[in-house]
Amino acid sequence: MNYAQAACRALDRAMAADTRVVALGEDLGRGGIFGQYRGLQQKYGAARVIDTPISEATIMGAAVGMALAGLRPVVEMRVVDFALCAIDEIVNQAAKARFMSGGQGRVPLVARLPIGIWSGSAAQHSQSLEAWFAHVPGLVVVTPSTPQDNHALLGAALACGDPVIYMEHKELWGLEGEVDENETDSLGRARIVRTGTDVTLVAWSRTVHAAIEAAAQSELSVEVIDLRTIWPWDRDTVFASAAKTRRLLVAHEAVRVAGFGAEIAAEVAEGLGVRVKRIGGPRIPVGYSKPLEDQARVTREAILAALTEFDRGESK
Amino acid sequence: MSRPLPATLERGLALYRTMARIRAFENAAEEASKGGVAAFGASLAQARVRGPLHLSTGQEAVAAGVCAQLAPEDLITSTHRGHGHTLAKGASLARTLAELFGRASGFNGGKGGSMHIADFSVGMLGANGVVAAGIPIAVGAAHALRIRSRPEVVACFFGDGAINRGPFLEGLNWARIHELRLLFVCEDNRWSATTASAAMTAGEGALARARGIGLDGAAVDGNDVFAVFAAAGELLARVRRGEGPQLLHAITYRVKGHVSVDPAAYRDGEEVSRALEEDPILAAAARLRELGAGAARLAAIRSEAEAEVAAALSAAAAAPWPDPLAAYTDVQDSGAGRWLG
Repeated sequence: MNYAQAACRALDRAMAADTRVVALGEDLGRGGIFGQYRGLQQKYGAARVIDTPISEATIMGAAVGMALAGLRPVVEMRVVDFALCAIDEIVNQAAKARFMSGGQGRVPLVARLPIGIWSGSAAQHSQSLEAWFAHVPGLVVVTPSTPQDNHALLGAALACGDPVIYMEHKELWGLEGEVDENETDSLGRARIVRTGTDVTLVAWSRTVHAAIEAAAQSELSVEVIDLRTIWPWDRDTVFASAAKTRRLLVAHEAVRVAGFGAEIAAEVAEGLGVRVKRIGGPRIPVGYSKPLEDQARVTREAILAALTEFDRGESK
Repeated sequence: MSRPLPATLERGLALYRTMARIRAFENAAEEASKGGVAAFGASLAQARVRGPLHLSTGQEAVAAGVCAQLAPEDLITSTHRGHGHTLAKGASLARTLAELFGRASGFNGGKGGSMHIADFSVGMLGANGVVAAGIPIAVGAAHALRIRSRPEVVACFFGDGAINRGPFLEGLNWARIHELRLLFVCEDNRWSATTASAAMTAGEGALARARGIGLDGAAVDGNDVFAVFAAAGELLARVRRGEGPQLLHAITYRVKGHVSVDPAAYRDGEEVSRALEEDPILAAAARLRELGAGAARLAAIRSEAEAEVAAALSAAAAAPWPDPLAAYTDVQDSGAGRWLG
């Protein structure tokens, strides 16, 4: 099953189990442009799988109103870049309604805001803005990297009572993998996808796959952690690993400057006093032409080079 | 604009009482907010009501007339100028004032204040600090009621400034295509902060824009509470019959400044004097007298409202402050906490 189908199955299961779960967004009736809603409107009807106008602010704001009025909406934003048209509704409304009302209202919704470079789609369809949302109190931020996680973490997000910014990757939709549909999962838990003793390499979303390849080619013994949830991030797992390896590299596709890697690196450096490095995209808009777009990518080779710098550095 | 009278004197007096309570509340809140915010040349001093306080003084007829046509289970969304809507929907005046005082006994436990006042128990889903932000929320609430096969309706209050924001078009369009049970109420006080809305608004305004997308409604003298009551009743009857969302354009006037410390010296004095002559409470009193209400009865309603507010002021001043650690609650379940290392 691929990454898109896995999410679709998770949503299908949630809609079957709970009539309060509804989905709204553009083009859902046709299955969503990545197939991640395929068949759901046919199965649950247009009243629960709602085709909307191109009105991002009202898609998101209406979802807040639906949540306050007793539903558990799933909000389709197509790509994170478009969700910027709904930033008030996410940051000022969804994230704060519970707090501002003194707990009278809650906003249990899942907003799907896919991140990442989408080949050939240029600057307004290729951003990775997970750090923006991690910065906002009230929000949960999830970044699945595999079909299994896109099934289990979407299920966990749908069960979560908080507003969840659920960030699939725009180039993982077709990724195939085994999915155990009975596996349940929890938000806020990282996964050690490869054990090692020399360096802790933390990544998420598509960068996990480049990290695994780089680790396999490195002369160092690299422990790769898929963070999976950006907020709340799994401090315990990352700290335990970094305490063991005494070296931390965080790799992400988002622009390196003020990326979430900075937060993890700073926390680990402050808490453990170990060597930390970050690798991320350069601070440029993603260009259209392939040679330009490639400059924005965080590749296996770049991660390998960063690991090699550790190797050349002073001993632990 | 028609000049209807209430069907009964009691109904008219009830509307008058709601307006009197809002006015007394706003006057007390205004007094308690002096020194509460550094803006418009005012400096910060000790004040019981902190921060920007947006008063609905002079606009009481809109809140009173519309909310009197709603059932307790019906929902509303409000604006930064929302005390009147809150009280008219049935929220406790004492707890509203306690929230403005930032006390634990306020509706939001001191977490919201004036701009975020909410009482979900009476269907008041919240004031909002962002112009037009309540529109999509109201649309979603009405959509949820549709999905849940509920009979309730939603009334969405917003100001004249909101019609120049995108969510106005988006929300009206959405409500229209889904034929939601929703009454949009443009409470037009003719001022967008310190700028006259007319200078910033092309065309004929809220109702014309609504009609441009096939969403009908009515314009009404927003200082005539009986006219607002009648118009809201007619439009809500259409909404409840499933004839689609409606828009009420209620034209009133912002008697006070944008916030309580704003002297609004940028306005033409004659404009303000004219507005004061059209005071909705005085107008309602005059018409109630025509219906046979005695002056003593009207005066008693005013003094009861004053007494209620005086008691609320004492109670709010004596109410406990929130536990400082309450700042960390109601944030989120996953990832809550201080996260300070």
